[in-house]
Order: sequence, then C-alpha cells, then structure tokens
Amino acid sequence: MGREPQQQQQQQQQQGSFSVEELVNVNPYNPDLLTDLENFVNEQVSSQTYNLDANLCLLRLYQFEPARMSIPIVARILIKALMAMPAPDFSLCLFLIPEQVQMEEQFKTLIVLSHYLETARFRQFWDEAAKNRSILEVVPGFEQAIQAYAIHVLSLTYQKVPRPVLAEAINIEGLSLDKFLEYHINNSGWVIEKSHGRSQVIVLPRSEFNHPELKKNTADSVPFEHVTRIFPVLS
Amino acid sequence: MYEGSFHRLTDRMFRESPWPSAEAIAPYVDNDHVFCLLYREMWFRHLYARLSPTARQRVESWDNYCSLFGVVLHGVVNMQLPNQWLWDMVDEFVYQFQSYCQYRAKLKNRTDDELQLLRQYDQAWNVYGVLNYLQALVEKSTIIQILEREKEGLEQFTATDGYDYEGGSNVLKMLGYYSMIGLLRVHCLLGDYHSGLKCLAPIDISQQGVYTIVIGSHISTIYHYGFASLMLRRYVDAIREFNKILLYILKYKQYHQKSPQYDQILKKNEQMYALLAICLSLCPQTKLIEENVSSQLKEKYNDKMTKMQRYDDEAYAVYDELFSYACPKFITPAAPVLDEPLTNYNQDAYRLQLKLFLYEVKQQQLLSGVRSFLKLYSTISIGKLAQYMEVDESTLRTILMTYKHKMHAVDSKGNITSNADVDFYINEDIIHVVESKTTKRYGDYFLRQILKFEEMIGELDRVKLD
Repeated sequence: MGREPQQQQQQQQQQGSFSVEELVNVNPYNPDLLTDLENFVNEQVSSQTYNLDANLCLLRLYQFEPARMSIPIVARILIKALMAMPAPDFSLCLFLIPEQVQMEEQFKTLIVLSHYLETARFRQFWDEAAKNRSILEVVPGFEQAIQAYAIHVLSLTYQKVPRPVLAEAINIEGLSLDKFLEYHINNSGWVIEKSHGRSQVIVLPRSEFNHPELKKNTADSVPFEHVTRIFPVLS
Repeated sequence: MYEGSFHRLTDRMFRESPWPSAEAIAPYVDNDHVFCLLYREMWFRHLYARLSPTARQRVESWDNYCSLFGVVLHGVVNMQLPNQWLWDMVDEFVYQFQSYCQYRAKLKNRTDDELQLLRQYDQAWNVYGVLNYLQALVEKSTIIQILEREKEGLEQFTATDGYDYEGGSNVLKMLGYYSMIGLLRVHCLLGDYHSGLKCLAPIDISQQGVYTIVIGSHISTIYHYGFASLMLRRYVDAIREFNKILLYILKYKQYHQKSPQYDQILKKNEQMYALLAICLSLCPQTKLIEENVSSQLKEKYNDKMTKMQRYDDEAYAVYDELFSYACPKFITPAAPVLDEPLTNYNQDAYRLQLKLFLYEVKQQQLLSGVRSFLKLYSTISIGKLAQYMEVDESTLRTILMTYKHKMHAVDSKGNITSNADVDFYINEDIIHVVESKTTKRYGDYFLRQILKFEEMIGELDRVKLD
C-alpha cells in the first residue's frame, strides 16, 4: 500500500495532468502506455475499482508484443474480470490471450472457476476456490463480488428462495448467514418467511426478471424520439 | 467513371495483368502528386483482386497508403470523391492488413529473399500503424463531433450523404466516418469485440444513415456488429440486425448484379445466414425474424438447426462448421519471430476463437432441453422436472439458473435485458412458466403509417396543382 502514492506521482510526472483512463480514451493504440496500464491494474486491485477498457487495452498491447507480457498482471486482470460477472468480461479477456498462455496452471484454474460460475454451480465453485486461495487472495473483495453475482442470479430466478439454496450459493452458513440476512433485510428489501413450519424462505425483491409480468409495461411504450417524427404532421 | 468505366476497362484490357504503373502515367497528369497516390491505390487494389501480390508489392502498397493518408490528414486534399471510392479505400486498407498478417504468419517454405524482406520492412503493415492511421482519420475528421452536432440539429451530414455542397472536400470527413467501421473490423479480427463495438458507437445503426449508402459498407458494418454481439452473448441484438440486413439484401441484390462486389455481397449474405442460424439455435427468437428471411433460412439450414438443438457430438460438429464458415479471418497481430524454427501460425487466432466459442456452446448444452420441457407446463415442481430430465434436484436448480444467466444480456453500460423466449420464476420449489406473448409494436407501426399517409397526401396535393 505504501507504494501507491509514489506510483501515482510517477505517473503524473510522466503524463502531466492526464489520468490513465483519459489516456486510454485519447490514445488507445500507444505502446508507451504499457507500464502505466500495468500500474493501473495494481491500483484497481488495491483500491477495489475496475476499468474494463483499460484492461482490454493492456491485453491488446500484450497481444501485439507478446514478449512484454507479465503473467501476474494477466492473472489479476482475469480475477477482476471474474468479479465483474454477470458481464461477459472474462471471455472478453480470454479472446485476447494466446492459447499457449492459457495453458498456464493458474489460468487453467481460473477458467475452471469461470466455468462453474457461468453454469451457476456454486458449490463446486466455492470448493475449487478454497483449494486455490493463494491465487485469489491477491485481489481483495473477491468473495464479496462473487456473492453479489450469486445473489444476482438467484434474484433473476427466484421469487422465494429456500434458505439452504441461498446458503450454498453464497457459501455462508449458520450465524454468519443470520447476520448476512439481517443486513439485507435492512438494506435490500429482503423478507423472511417461514414455509410449512420447516425451514426459512427468503423473499427476494421484485424485478422484471423474477416477475415477468412487470416487463410488459415498458415494451408497450413508444420512445419519445419516435413520437417526435410525427410532430411536423401534427403541427 | 469510378464505378463503371474503370471496371469495364479492367475487364477488357487488364484482366490478368496490372494496369500501367503510376510512373508511366505521371507525365500525362503533370506529375500531380495526389492523382498519382490515388491512382496507385487503385493499381494495387486491382493487383490484389486479380493477381497475387509479391512481398515487395505488399510493402509498396503500405507505403502508398501512408503517403495517401498523410496527405489527407494534413488537409491538402480539396476535391470531392464518391463515397463508394472512399469506402473502398478504407475497406481495402483493412483487407490488405489482414492479408499481410496471414501472409506473414505462414513461415514454412519461405525463401531467404522473402525472409530478408520481412526482416527489412518490419514496420510495414505494423498493427500500431494500421490502428493509428484509422484512429487519426477519425479524430482529424472530427466526425464524432459532427455526428453529435447533427443530433442537435446544428450540422448537416446524413442529409447530404456526407458530401459537401459548399465547396469543401468530403474526403477527410468520409474517410473518418468509414474508419470507424474499419476499426470495428480490425478489432473483430483481433478478437476484441468490446472495443470494436465501442468504435462503432457514434454511428446509430438502429436507423438508416450514411453507412447504408454504399452497400459494401452497410454489409460490413452489420456483419461485424452482429458477429461481435454474438460473441458478447447479445443474441437478440445480433438477430435483430441480421434480420434487417438480410431482408434488405433479399430485396435489393438484383440491382447489384453487375457490381464488381456482387460475389462479395452474396458471400457475406450466406455467412450471415449461418450466423443467424447459430444465434437462433442458442436463443430461439423466431418472432424477430421476417417471413421471407425465415423461409430462406429454413431452405438453407433447417436440417442443421434441428441438429444443433440436440447438443450431441454431431451438434457440436455443426456449430463448428457454421462458425468456421462464417467467422472473420482472425489474425495474429504480433510480428513473427524469425529466428526460431519456422512454423505456420496463421491458424492460431482462428483456433482460439473457435475453441472459446464452442466452450460457450457447451455451457449452454442443457438449456434447449429445459426449454422444451418448460414450454409444456405452466407450473411444475422442481422434483418432477428433475425426474423428467433425469438429473437430481440441485443439478436442475443450477441448470435453471444457467438458463437465466445465459438468457440475460449485459450491455456496455451494465444494463441487463432478458433475451428469453420462454421465461419462468421459481417460488420455493415450484417453477412458474411465463410464455412471453408477442407484444406487437403497434406504436411504431402507427407512426410509420401516419408518416406514409402524410407523404401520400402531400403528393396528391402536388398533382392537383398541375
């Protein structure tokens, strides 16, 4: 952490007042950006932020000059991309990484993890993740990000989800799960119901995805721009 | 002259030989620099199309593009050129880059002379150079700002088809415009679909625009847009645009029969049907498809689409076949390493994209099964459906969640939309199926009819005056 401010200072010296993001927008095909972009990946890791465009830009530079590729940086980008699910960022990154590089042990692991997430096999995912702590703990916030994704998929699918299903998906049980639930009851509008006297059922917030009838209202409307086309006729 | 005579003369005089060299022509045009650059650009284009260029000619063509774009970028050009010509220039530039990358990647059986040339001209068709020329054309032309200002009614661009009727030149502006499409294509060749779509974003493809004037540009735009969307799992976007353009080609292809691009049009047409077949197999949205397109599709791919639904080995073979047939010619952009044992690596990029695509297909293999069951029920318990599908309950839950995940597209801003034809939700242990009904877009239909009616009335009024 101590190195961060120093790095930022260096960057600013190099580029005057431009941030890396601005540079990527202004001049996306510039090999001189490589080091800045690598530092920026580290910055995203430590500050728990994310910028897909910058990371793709870096992978592109690696693609153009494979000799300059840094495996640890690529690993960080991929983990960050996993954390961005449900967006397809992980595949977007893989499209740019040469096949022989993808054969590296740690990348194979990440590809397996991505596969479990893509097919919603959360139990296998958490088992596999536990075995590969060393790769993943480099990036803070990983678990929370995956839990958020799991909750996203559950909310697409369920109106009411049984407690054990939720527990498996987010890998939290017992007392910690109670705390977790309490937090979401207060902050995300979750409701707990008792079902048939057996176990708890969690009612997830309504959305057009788990209440498809909500969607139709938007489909029926006509965008304003389309209506403007007939203004000359009406006047 | 550009669209007609040049090709007629080519057919008559230079079917299998190059046109006279620019040096031979120069004295007749007072050594006009720009004329010679333009002439040479066409000279090389003809050479690429009819003969096979040598390594040296490839390099010379690159140099010529550098000089030509250099002149354009510095604003020395003051003429107007047909859109068709300017599009062809950008299109050919990207094509020759792709062709050079393929050529450079086939290192086996290269002669020493050829290797020497590769070494000597390692900057020719360099990927940075190509991208930066296109990017520079976009920026220098300020085309993005022009399109922005047009939206606010401050500037005319689409209304004049990009031409300048006030004495200025359209060359830089239009090259900039077409370069956005060129960038989309280069990014697709590199496998960078997200960045490709970002380059195209200033052009609103939901409407007609300058990109639709030249059919080559129209097709290239939609083909690459659709392909990138397919790879990003935005199936509905891809299906919608493929449907539109295929209908357009169906209607208008007869007018292009004599065009030198006719074969190219037909080829892209076939490729887009193949891509459409893939999209619809992964995401059945048949109601988005217009009748005529649908019957063409059935004629071409009915058997294959039935096979793709089955998700057995034969199905993968069909996905593989259609993808390989219809995908862009992917390239490896890095310069070759000429010291190691020389190998051919020109297929590497394609193999990677194919592999990752089939991986995606595999992740979705159980979805068509679940879809056909869901269609039969309005409610069914998890336990019962698991029995029918011969899996255990927790596996079924993962399949159902996969279905939801894969059928929801995430756009570049992170907004999520449902692409599902059959939707459902789970209440504890019971699945409730919601068949999405065809919501006809009456609003749009009425708006179009109102405009049409107004137009007709206007015409009738004019008739009376005569």
